[in-house]
Amino acid sequence: MTSAGLYGAYGGRYVPETLVPALDELDSGWRAARADASFQAELDELGRTFAGRPTPLTRAERYASDKRLYLKREDLLHTGAHKLNNALGQAVLARRLSKRRIVAETGAGQHGVATATVCARFGLECVVYMGEEDMRRQRPNVERMNLLGAEVRPVEFGKRTLKEATSEAIRDWITNVETTHYLIGSCVGPSPYPEIVRELQAVIGRESRAQFLQAEGRLPEVVVACVGGGSNAIGIFAGFIDDAGVRLLGVEAADAASLGSGNAAVLHGARSSVLSDADGQITDAHSISAGLDYPGVGPEHAWLRDSGRADYVGATDAEALAAFRDLTRLEGIIPALEPAHALARVRELDEELVLVCLSGRGDKDLAEVLAQ
Amino acid sequence: MKTLIVYLMSGSETPELAAAAVEGGADLVELGFPFSDPLADGPVIRRAAERALGEGMRTVACLECLARTHELVPNVPLVPMTYSALLEAYGWERFATDAHDAGASSMILADLPAGERPELKRIQLVAPTSTDERLRIAAEQTDGWLYLVTVTGTTGTRTGLSPALAGLVTRARAITDAPLYAGFGISTPDDARAAAGLADGIVVGSRAVEVAEGGPDALREYVCTLREAVDSVVTN
Ligand SMILES: Cc1ncc(COP(=O)(O)O)c(C=O)c1O
Repeated sequence: MTSAGLYGAYGGRYVPETLVPALDELDSGWRAARADASFQAELDELGRTFAGRPTPLTRAERYASDKRLYLKREDLLHTGAHKLNNALGQAVLARRLSKRRIVAETGAGQHGVATATVCARFGLECVVYMGEEDMRRQRPNVERMNLLGAEVRPVEFGKRTLKEATSEAIRDWITNVETTHYLIGSCVGPSPYPEIVRELQAVIGRESRAQFLQAEGRLPEVVVACVGGGSNAIGIFAGFIDDAGVRLLGVEAADAASLGSGNAAVLHGARSSVLSDADGQITDAHSISAGLDYPGVGPEHAWLRDSGRADYVGATDAEALAAFRDLTRLEGIIPALEPAHALARVRELDEELVLVCLSGRGDKDLAEVLAQ
Repeated sequence: MKTLIVYLMSGSETPELAAAAVEGGADLVELGFPFSDPLADGPVIRRAAERALGEGMRTVACLECLARTHELVPNVPLVPMTYSALLEAYGWERFATDAHDAGASSMILADLPAGERPELKRIQLVAPTSTDERLRIAAEQTDGWLYLVTVTGTTGTRTGLSPALAGLVTRARAITDAPLYAGFGISTPDDARAAAGLADGIVVGSRAVEVAEGGPDALREYVCTLREAVDSVVTN
């Protein structure tokens, strides 16, 4: 990445002037934290004693019996998804910046729960924006956020999902920027957010690379992850990006395929590959999985796609549901619907040695799956 | 004389509305080109944008609306106000050229802060959170006048003038001789008078968009009250 927050022609800062000083402050606060060994030490300690790191690597023998398939178990992380890695890191950063109020957006509710959790842990005020449709389909997570003391604000316009929730969280931040840190949930948004989220999620890639080497004595041939905004994918990819022989494969929801069918466009503060029309207006995404139901994606993924370093494919709602059921029955692991998209593409891969990021657990999705 | 600026969302009736605003005393008209995800806008302009898009007000239709408005009020500066996404799709230079050809005197991009794409001539916005260094960059790069965002926040009506404006005017005045026009959150004649007492001019957006729903006569009358308020400020 360049100093201007660019990944090739993607990224940047397309934000109202009001936010620019806060982004500059965040950028220098982040660089100071990274240079400070006590910051990393605090994150490591929290990861070990609060979040449950390292998460295990599980061999899944029955799901794809002709492969050597391993699952990186972010579903076993505290709060049930990889989102906590980012929320913890940004909360520590927010404290260093003396911000006592946190706003966040959430789709599946996993990022909202992770944010509400770290705010409870550190005594920070927490407001989470969530689309009404997502509040309906991810009810258990709304209840968890409420219990944790967060205020969940319903977003009632547009498609009432993650895109609108993100816009409202950013508007809140514009209005309260002096006191508030915006704890964005994926590797999207204006610079430096994509870099911060990638670095905080890179622990997934670091751990799983070492674990895979230990288990197999060699690296995987392919690393597979679902892509909504792209944070669990960029986190696990980060561990293998310099290993030219390891293929990186992102799986999007078929009707929310920002990388598969998007155009270069500007959304939520960055230029990336976005579902958008010829006039630059953002078009609707659709997915059974609230966490993938987003028309944008992190700018680094657009760049990895263009450079050919990573490949991106789609999985339909039906394929994800089938993978959800199969993993449950064959491995005794109930995955979230988001990583079920990654699992849906595993069996047909040419490669034999496969690592999948199991980004979260499926408790939140039971009502939605059982209703199908 | 203080400058009075009225913001209207592009639409089929906008040229006539703009003409009414000018009859009521507007010196300049901003024309919103709607974007589906307008981060800098509060509910009134967001909803107006949704309606406009629903009626087919895409970039080409907005440029036509601009051209028709220019025919009706040829001597009044017209300034499209929009978002980067539209220019990214249309072509940045092509947009600047076509907007100019349709009668635009400049443009405003709500999400392209000073320092980014300096080659694109536009009116720069500054906010209460802007550092003096950023005020300086914006003043150097701006096209004619500087847009002072009165509040830390989005567009939308508020009660009373933002207390942050006075400090922002003082800081900006120390840096530049460019005219300083204040906008965001100004809706009543009282707000207009108070803001015009501090800045060289004012911009009224959300409230004008709401009043414009009542048609040209209602808008003309409303803009008249703003004009009187602004003119009641003694200039020296
Ligand atoms: C379990 C899980 N996986 C993946 C995602 C998608 O986000 P990202 O692409 O940023 O990892 C979400 C989002 O809510 C999620 O909850």
